[in-house]
Amino acid sequence: MTSRPHPDPEQGSGHTAEAGADLRLSAVTKRFGEFTAVNALDLVVEQGRFFALLGPSGCGKTTTLRMVAGLEEPTSGTITIAGRDISRLRPYKRPVNTVFQSYALFPHLDIFENVAFGLRRRGISEVRSKVHDMLELVELGGYEKRRPAQLSGGQQQRVALARALINRPQVLLLDEPLGALDLKLRRQMQIELKRIQTEVGITFVHVTHDQEEAMTMADTIAVMNQGVIDQMGSPAELYDNPATTFVSNFLGQSNLVRAAVVATRGDDLVVEAYGCTLAAPGSRARRTEGTVWLGVRPEKVFLARAGAEAAEASGPAGANVLTGGVVSDVSFIGVSTQYLVRMPWGQELTVFEQNSGAHDTFRPGESVDLRWSADHTFLLDADQDAHAGDQSYAELVGTPSA
Amino acid sequence: MSARTPALPRAGRWVADHVVMTVALLVLVYMFLPIFFVVLMSFNDPVSRLTYEFDAFTWDNWTNPCQSPGMCSSVVTSLQIGFLATLGATLLGTLVAFALVRHRFRGRAGTSLLIFLPMATPEVVMGSSLLALFSSVGLAGRLGFWSILVAHIMFCLSFVVVTVKARLTGLDSTLEQAAMDLYANEWQAFWRVTFPLVFPGILAAALLSFSLSFDDFIVTNFNHGNTITFPMFVWGSAQRGIPPQVNVVGTVMFLIALVLVAGGGLVQRRRAR
Amino acid sequence: MSAVQTGAVVGGSLGPHTDRVEPRPKGSRTGYLLLLPGMLWLLLFFAVPTIQLLATSLYDPNGSLESGYAMTWHFGTYLDVLSAYRAPFLRSLGYAVSATVLALVFGYPLAYAIAFKAGRWRNLMLVLVIAPFFTSFLVRTLAWKSILADNGFIVSGLQAVHVLGPDGRLLATSVAVVTGLTYNFLPFMVLPIYASLEKIDLRLVEAGKDLYANGVTSFRKITLPLSMPGVVAGTLLTFIPAAGDYINAQLLGTPQQYMIGNVIDNTFLVQLDYPVAAACSVILMAAIVLMVLVYVRRAGTEDLL
Repeated sequence: MTSRPHPDPEQGSGHTAEAGADLRLSAVTKRFGEFTAVNALDLVVEQGRFFALLGPSGCGKTTTLRMVAGLEEPTSGTITIAGRDISRLRPYKRPVNTVFQSYALFPHLDIFENVAFGLRRRGISEVRSKVHDMLELVELGGYEKRRPAQLSGGQQQRVALARALINRPQVLLLDEPLGALDLKLRRQMQIELKRIQTEVGITFVHVTHDQEEAMTMADTIAVMNQGVIDQMGSPAELYDNPATTFVSNFLGQSNLVRAAVVATRGDDLVVEAYGCTLAAPGSRARRTEGTVWLGVRPEKVFLARAGAEAAEASGPAGANVLTGGVVSDVSFIGVSTQYLVRMPWGQELTVFEQNSGAHDTFRPGESVDLRWSADHTFLLDADQDAHAGDQSYAELVGTPSA
Repeated sequence: MSARTPALPRAGRWVADHVVMTVALLVLVYMFLPIFFVVLMSFNDPVSRLTYEFDAFTWDNWTNPCQSPGMCSSVVTSLQIGFLATLGATLLGTLVAFALVRHRFRGRAGTSLLIFLPMATPEVVMGSSLLALFSSVGLAGRLGFWSILVAHIMFCLSFVVVTVKARLTGLDSTLEQAAMDLYANEWQAFWRVTFPLVFPGILAAALLSFSLSFDDFIVTNFNHGNTITFPMFVWGSAQRGIPPQVNVVGTVMFLIALVLVAGGGLVQRRRAR
Repeated sequence: MSAVQTGAVVGGSLGPHTDRVEPRPKGSRTGYLLLLPGMLWLLLFFAVPTIQLLATSLYDPNGSLESGYAMTWHFGTYLDVLSAYRAPFLRSLGYAVSATVLALVFGYPLAYAIAFKAGRWRNLMLVLVIAPFFTSFLVRTLAWKSILADNGFIVSGLQAVHVLGPDGRLLATSVAVVTGLTYNFLPFMVLPIYASLEKIDLRLVEAGKDLYANGVTSFRKITLPLSMPGVVAGTLLTFIPAAGDYINAQLLGTPQQYMIGNVIDNTFLVQLDYPVAAACSVILMAAIVLMVLVYVRRAGTEDLL
């Protein structure tokens, strides 16, 4: 941690984003009685990022956000912004602002005064023009005299955003800001938020349980599970190369098959699963020996008639093949068809086929082989629960998924 | 369903629509009958003091309300006590309400009981027990303004706590967090956000306190010494026949209450819009 | 934990060290400080007097205000009081029960109409229910004296239809006292019932009409049970003050209609017989608590229908 002098946020313009204004959490722990909400969390959010903290409810993401905002005090660990320790500052002394899940607009103040609230508390001049510009940015010009209750959910959301952004915080915290909106509006606001973030260049830390939302908006995602971060990276990295079964199930869907590493061939690992020999790139293996979970995304898999040669079957050459499957369920969902294939060892695997007309369609009961490029295979630690992070499975078997 | 049923729901609905409303309006008439008489009697020019009938019309009671000896000073006394009791009860009660909603402390059950019981105790028991206390410590001869005030603050307090607490419980605590997030320190968050939002509750509690205090007869009757409040004046003169000016005060109180209640509703509607 | 909590302590002077969140002890002292004045007031002027009242009722009945009272644990006063003032006690309970039942019969339709039938007149009707009760209780009760007067329009009307005999009167009868009591405590019945009716989800009532086809049945099976919390609160809020009231009996009745409140008032303030007066108060309080407990228990467990 550096001890160089930093601008005091109380002194007017000190809030503008500056190079190196990273948000850094070091070994941050928060306990509520016996329950550990956040466990020794280390995290760096680079300045100017649109950062998403993704996880199911109860994973500690909101608690983390509230600790950055100053609404909870860490049990231990430090939080710094631009090298300045803020872990134990009162909320009003921190260069961060929050967009609350419930928006928390002041019902007794009009929109103008809501947005001006932070400026007035800090005694900043030119309130009128600043509020005006900010309302223009969120496309709410002309709404100054309305009360929050007179606005729609989407409009209230934008007021909450304007009210926080106008203070030019070093970090803007968003706590499930789109949770209360309907699907269509949510999509619209996702694009809007991204546009605004690009425009103002402020670091956004966005907490959400919606993986699609996180992937649409964020340039970096941290997947949080039971108080720790499972994996952090760009949306594509996380999706293509998940580090844990939790991430592989929570972001999209995965087929995970028990397998054992038997050999190394160049950069690839050779694994065996229920009598089939398959390959996986060493760079995508989280475990390089012993028992593993062999994973592949459903849309990467192609179905072929049982016994068909690679040449006549659609699908990649040099592919991994799992044989002996029987189609057990077919659902047509427009752009794609979703197949459930029962394997000889009883497991059901999921396959998405694009309805491009380029390959065969199958009916329940037909015998099929599953083929996919070895490059799309990933290997995970077999000690992990194959269903971790699988929301629909949790609902199905009735485990409390928060 | 058979053929007889269609008639029944229709009849039932007609009954529900019209009979219920008619009964409701009759009950309202019942509630307003005395008010009507109070207003009417305020214009009465009685032939004898003991009459309770309307004899002749006059403006005199309205132009000279203080003609009745002692009445105006009793009204002033009631206003003073009402004002001070409201101030005291609202202040103490609001603090208690904040403690109950926002703080953890031991003995919550006992505290709640102590707040609830005064509302469930008949006034005659409260009044007589206070008198028993005052006389046991030798204050029976010195009762007056102060003892009435003490008693009024006591029985208004619980109503204030309940009213303010209800408002405070409904207040979203993230609003205060939002204020702190937006650079308001604790003091500013309280005065800029919490207080304005709880204020309608405090105001309602104050109005309730004032009307309870101004109108109280039973508890006052036990503890008033030689101090005459307006209800005491009415009670005293009821034995000899009440002066018609009393009805002027009654009418004015009704009008003020109407304006306040209606005005409160209007402000609320404008806020909501 | 809230912002206010520390705000009250820290006040306007935010020194440099208030920068940091002080490790707050569990259950901060502020809570107790806020509670202290109010609770002290109730303790001193409600709880202590109630205990004092209990003590007074056990004083030597031969003492007087001048000579002072000695604590003799004289429980005999209770027996004396019960035999001497049996009639006013029973009358108090009888009048209070009658007034409560009447208030329920009048108040429920009114609350129902305001909640479901009033439409845009709802607020006006609520104002009309509340407003009269800001006018002096005594002045309004005295108005009933005019309304029920021997040559008033109600008595003349009832005589014309032979409900009352030619010499029949209302003033100075039990009818007048119960009328006054019902009138005075009616809003305490209407408002809680209205509050619980207003909360009812109308879709439930519609679903009920769908199931039972008949409006009366759906009222009995759905609306009424759902409004029971309001009915229970309303009856308690009416019964308790009515049982202790003596203004109506005094102004609208004669000594034949006197209730226990009149006795307490008279023995305390005129006869200055403190032990007897205190014993009456304690018995009244005990009777009320007993009846309320029985009632709440019945209302809680049984259907009341």
